[in-house]
This record gives sequence, C-alpha cells and structure tokens, in this order.
Amino acid sequence: MRELPWPAKVYIVVLVTAAAVLIGRAFLTGGGLGGPDWRTLVVLALLFLVCESVPTLLNVEQTAISVSFSAVLAAAVLVGPLGAALVGAVAVLSVRPGLPPVKRLFNGAQFAVCGLAAGETYRLVGGQQGLPVERFADLIVPYAAATGVFVALNILLVGVMLRLASVVRGDEVPLRDTARLLASYLGYATIGLLIVGLWATVQSISAVLVLVPVFIARWAFGQYRAQERAYEATMAALCQAVETKDYYTRGHCTRVSKASTMIAEEIGMGPERLRAIRYAGMLHDVGKLGVPTKVLQKEGALTEEEYAAIQLHPMRGLEIVKGIDFLDEAFAGIMHHHERHDGKGYPMGLAGDEIPEFARIIAVADAFDSMTSDRSYRKAKSPEAAIEELRKNAGTQFDPYLVDAFITAVRRDGWDPPGRPPDPPAGHPTTVMKDHDDPTTPIQVAADR
Amino acid sequence: MTTRPRPSRWPLTGSRAPLHLLLGCVAGALTLLGAGHVAATEVVDPDIALAFGALIACGELARMMMPGNREVAPISTAAALGYAMLLDVEGRPAGHGALQVIAVMAIGMIAGALPHLAVGRPPQAAAMARRLVAGALVALAYRPLATPLYASTGHGHPDGEWWLVLATMVVLVAAMLLVDVLIAAVLRAERVRTALAVAVRDELRMAGPLGAAVGASGTLLALASHGMGLVALLVFAAPLLVTQVAFRKYAGIRATYLQTVRALARVPEVGGYVDHGHSRRVSRLSVAVGRELGMSEPELLELEYAALMHDIGQLSLADPIPGGATVFTDQEQARRIAELGAEVIRKTGVLDRVAEIVRLQSDPPGPAVPRASRIIKAANAYDDLVGSSSDRDRAAAALDRLRAGCGEEYDPEVVEAMASVLARKRRR
Repeated sequence: MRELPWPAKVYIVVLVTAAAVLIGRAFLTGGGLGGPDWRTLVVLALLFLVCESVPTLLNVEQTAISVSFSAVLAAAVLVGPLGAALVGAVAVLSVRPGLPPVKRLFNGAQFAVCGLAAGETYRLVGGQQGLPVERFADLIVPYAAATGVFVALNILLVGVMLRLASVVRGDEVPLRDTARLLASYLGYATIGLLIVGLWATVQSISAVLVLVPVFIARWAFGQYRAQERAYEATMAALCQAVETKDYYTRGHCTRVSKASTMIAEEIGMGPERLRAIRYAGMLHDVGKLGVPTKVLQKEGALTEEEYAAIQLHPMRGLEIVKGIDFLDEAFAGIMHHHERHDGKGYPMGLAGDEIPEFARIIAVADAFDSMTSDRSYRKAKSPEAAIEELRKNAGTQFDPYLVDAFITAVRRDGWDPPGRPPDPPAGHPTTVMKDHDDPTTPIQVAADR
Repeated sequence: MTTRPRPSRWPLTGSRAPLHLLLGCVAGALTLLGAGHVAATEVVDPDIALAFGALIACGELARMMMPGNREVAPISTAAALGYAMLLDVEGRPAGHGALQVIAVMAIGMIAGALPHLAVGRPPQAAAMARRLVAGALVALAYRPLATPLYASTGHGHPDGEWWLVLATMVVLVAAMLLVDVLIAAVLRAERVRTALAVAVRDELRMAGPLGAAVGASGTLLALASHGMGLVALLVFAAPLLVTQVAFRKYAGIRATYLQTVRALARVPEVGGYVDHGHSRRVSRLSVAVGRELGMSEPELLELEYAALMHDIGQLSLADPIPGGATVFTDQEQARRIAELGAEVIRKTGVLDRVAEIVRLQSDPPGPAVPRASRIIKAANAYDDLVGSSSDRDRAAAALDRLRAGCGEEYDPEVVEAMASVLARKRRR
C-alpha cells in the first residue's frame, strides 16, 4: 500500500482515540452490560464479521459498504449505543484478505463512532431499547432517525478519509453513484430492522435466516457479472472475426465502442443507455460483410449500383442484430450511423436532430477511429489532427455538441491509438478497401449514369 | 429479405401432454375448493388475508423468466409460504384454515396476472399451477398444526420457545421445494422429451438457489409477523427484492447472450458464404438430438453455441468456400474451417469447451471426439443434404446416406437418435 500522507495519519489517530474514549465513557456512565446483552452482542458481532469479510458486490468502487452495517443498527436497538459501538469496533478483526492494518483500525474506529451516534440518536428520539414488546410500528421512526445519523456520519468520516488520502477528488463521485449508494444503505437498514423483528422469536437464528436471501442475491449478482463479462468477451471476439476480412480494421469495433461510451458518459447518459451504446458501437459494422468484396476493393469512383450496395450495410447490420433484446436506441444507432448532420448521409438522409442520438455518437467515434488507424493506402493521423478534422466537419457531417463532448473526454482521459499494425502475415487476407468511415477520403460516386 | 416465422418450439410434443392437463385440473379443483370455502364461510382475519393477498398479487406482477423458459414469481411464492405458515400477527393468533390460504393465493395470483394479460403477456399456465399447488401443499400440511405449534410457544409469550416452530417450517419448506422440483422435472420431461433423471438434475441446479432464497424468505415472513405485525410484509420485501433483481439481471444477460450468438452466427449467411438459415437449423437439430441422448442443460447450451458457430471459421478464409463447409467439401478444407472457427471462439477466453467442440466437428467419431462434435457433424451433413426443404423423400435419402456412413464418418448412436427425432417431427 502507498504511504499515507500525514494529515490522514493524524485523522486516523484522532478517530481511534475518539472511539476509545467514547466507548470507555459509555461503559462508565451506562453501567456496563448484562449477561443476555453479551450473548446478543456476540451473535451480532459474528454476523457483522461474516458480512464484513464478504463485502457485497452492491458497492461503488472505493467505498465498499456491506450488510455489516445492518448488524450495527440491530445492536443499537437491541443493546443500545455501547453495544452498537462494540459491534462496529469488531471491524478491526475483519478477515478480508489483504486488508492493511491501518485500514482495519480506521474501519473499526469509524464504525464504532457511527454505531454509538446511531444508538444515542435512537434513544433520544424515544426508541425503546431491547426487544420490541409493544407496537412494533413505534420503533420505526426512531430507527429511521438512527439510520439517517449513521449513514450521514459514515459518509462524512469515510469521505474525509478518502479526501485526505487523496484517493478520489471530491468531484469524482458522480451523483448517480451516490443515489445508488443511498439506495443500498436503505436496503441494508431494512435488513437490520428485520433482524430486530425476528429476534423476538428465534433470536440468533434470525441472523442466519436473514443472511440466506442476502447471500443468494450476492451469488446471483456474481453469476450475473460473470455472464456479462463472458458475453462482452464473446461479442468482441465475434466482431473481431467479422473484421478479419480487412487486416487493417482490426480492433475497430472495440475502439468505436470505447469512444462511443466516452461521448455518452460525457453527456451524462444513464447506465442502461451506456450499456446499450457500448454494444451498439461494437456491432455497428457487422453488416459490412454483406457488401460484396469486389465493391469494397474497387479503386476509384463507384457506380450508382455499387454505392447503393455500400449504403445497404447498416441495414444488413440491423437485420443481423434485430433478434437481440437491446434497447431500440441501439438498433437505431446501428441503422443510422452513416447519416450526416447536413442530411447528405445514408441510408435515409436524415438531418440534425432527426438522426437518433446513438447514431450521431457512433458516427463521431467511427470517423475518429478510422482516421487514427493505419490503412493500407495511407498512414494514421495523430489524434490531434483527427480532432481538428472532426472540428472542421462539425455542423456538416457531425453533431457539433457531440464533437465537443468527445474532444473534452479525449483531452481529459486521453486516447490510445491502435498503433502501427505489423505487416500482415503471409496468406492473411489484406483486403485493400476504401474506408467508408473516413471523412477525409469520401466515397466518390461517378456522376454519369 | 424476410425471416420465416419461428416454428413452434420444435422438440415439444404439442398438445398431447396428459401430465400438464392433470396439474391444471388439480390447480383448478384447489381454486374452486378454496373459493367455495371462502364463499360459504366467513373470511377469518380479513385484514391479514388482504395484506398477504396484495403481496402475492405484487409478486405475480413482478414475475420473471429464468433461463430455459422457466417462469418464476419469487415474491409471490414467498408471500404464499408466509401466509400458509403464519402463527400470529403481533400476538393475535392467526385462525385461518388451509382452504382460505388457497383462496387468497388463487385470487392474488389471478389479480397479479391480469395486468400482464391486459397487455398480451399471458402467464405460463403450468408454472402458475405449480406455484399454486406448492403453496397449497404447505398450507394443507401446516394449518392443522398451527394451533398446537402456537401453544408450544406459550401462545406467543416473550419467553416462549420457537425452535419447534422453526424446525417444522424448515422441514415443510424443504419438502415443498423438493416436490416442486419433482413436478417441474416431470413437466419438463414431458414437454421437451428429456429423461426424467436428467430433468430432475437440471431443475435442481436451476431452481436450487432461488428456491432456498424463497423458502428462507417465506419462513422469515411468518416468524417476523409475530414481532413486527404486518410491517413485516413491507420490510421483508427488501432482501427478496434485491434477490429478485439479481436473478432478473442474470436471466436477462443469459438471454441476450444466446440471442447475440444466434444473431452473429448469421453473419456468414448474410455474407453469402452459407445457406440461409443453415446455422439455426443445425443448432435446433443438434439440440434435439443431444436431448434425445440425455445431455444435461449446461451441455446442451454448449452444444447449441457450438452448432450455431460451427461455420464461423469461414470468415477467416481469404476465399470463402461457396456453400460453406459441406459434406461435399474435402476433409482438409473442412478441418481448416473447423480450426479457424475454434480459434475465433477461443479468443473469447470463456468458451474453451465450445471451441473444442467446433475444432473437432469434422473429425470422424473416435474416443477423443466429444459427443457434441459428433452430433454437429451429423446434423451439419443432414442439413447440407436436405436444407430448408420439407420433402420427405429427400429427408429419408439423407438419413440413409448418414446411416451408410455410420462408424467411419458418423456416430451410429447419434444417427439413430436423429432418426427418432426426425420421425417424431414428421408425425406431427
């Protein structure tokens, strides 16, 4: 692990001291804990440890939260502030492999302080400590208040730590992730409530019962992730296979997919649409195989018929992929990625806002990758030169807004051009084809009929 | 170009499905019995019945499709289990009988299915009947025990013991899940003509995790109602909702995966290298033959992928062979296409076994050649000879030709399985 900057170290020391002092004070003033309390605590602490050691997949990259949080809240209700603090402090013992001691210490102190605060809040708002005997509904408002304090304090403490350790910049956590984080906090809070509710009947077993669906959900999410990765790898491999027709367009689909995603992220698309455009970018040229090779290979101007054959390729692509359950936008993106902003594109000659957004995005990404890749008949442009070219054609061929978005994204994140391909191996098909995606070498159509 | 309308699921047996009919009758009888009981007597604790009925309806509304065309409604099933095993609500003993549980389930399920029906998405009748029967079984076994069990907890006294209750619930839920898997397997065996033992294993694998989550949630719900009252219905929905979202995403990506492979397998066809619809027909026939030979679902999925992509190697050839790697191509060429195709598939990094099946698809049957490869070899040859034609003589001649090549070219077992699959298809 990297060395922590000194303010972060000071922060951890302060937090740990605060946690120790608070727990000690609670012991002295609260008069300790009774025997049944300890039994409850041990079960909840075990639950906390199990959950903490297997953080769920429902997290935002750096701020892993897990079900452990619900054990702390349950302790706040069943045993009180001190109990919650002790359960939280158990995070120090987490068996998550590879977790450095500093992080453990921080987690323990942080959870202890949050737990204590949540327990006090619960009491202050009028929550009954111990098993709910009267009306359960009376418990909900204090519980919600305790959850609110816990979550707010947790986000604050961890946020300060992340800032001090300069892991993330403050503006880097997007709003959408925060919303998702809050939603999962809410979900885990209800699990804590469920543990409390079950405690009246089967006590310690309630923890296990609650864990069954949660762990199965986690397993299913794992399966989903694995399938998704397999899916994307398969799609990429198959698209590459389509591209092997032309040695020089290797990796085109993956790069267009990446560039399209960059633009889409820049203009703030949601996760569903981001996924859709990633797939659409990958599949945009899949219909190219339907164009007769002799047309693609032809040097010089094309006849009207030959041009018509080229114009067909987005439709062919659409025909191939239409059986897949994508968002309709993805289909529109594949179908119209050769439309132009001024209405002179194909296959339908749409203009401006008539062109679906996905198609406008893919058009920019497609042209950019085409210009920054080597072709058999010309060398690649530098990304800078290609950006210049995009700018020049913004408003005629491309949507200026999206060109700007792409330029911003490339300036910030950079772009890896494909690099010089080695000379084609002997016997490999090296179709010399005019690139229909390249704005600097437009297809020429013979004017005479 | 137009695509042909999808033929109705080919390997199915059509309308002759006595076991489906039997299940439907049982479910119908249960519904009538429950409804009659409720109509004749007064509803016990109508507020509780309404709350659970509403949750069942919501669960039915949020039903989903798991891989293998399996319709499930986890929240509905868990709510039904909870209602069937309910002992008390915040100390108020639950006095409803099994027939009332069945009535609430039936009404809730129908209510939840109505919005789907309104937009033209009818539920799978068999899946719905199964859910009803499973819930009814638990209710019939548990409701008579409810009063003594509640007494064993000291009538809900704070110091009462709930272990006996919990044990009873766990045993009953486990038994219910087993029976449900068995019914599902029997139905599946009847519908897709697979061996019962294979079907049971497939169902266990598919339904196991979700079933455990549903069972635990149902138990949770029944127990939590003691301390939490009807709030439990709202709170308990959280973990199950998360589970449902996870499974739905998983099922979704599985479906998209298959659709994408199906779509991209058509690229050689659109490029004009292979006969139109060839890969799809070969994959259908291969899967039917594989099923006939008792292959399990994961094996069948690999077989389907391999069959769909068996000609993908064509794309790597400088000069594609017009007509594809057919029985008329020489062995060297066919092997080359197989190798190239396997190379493409291996690049995915996740479909190694599929790549191996594709690589060996043109080899003569031998101990080193997987069964899936042998099936694809035979199915491919058959489709090359017959194509999309439905001429009986041509089909018979093709089969004869395959039989003549048995042993040297084709696996006799595979060819015989294919013969019975084709014979069955012709009878319908």
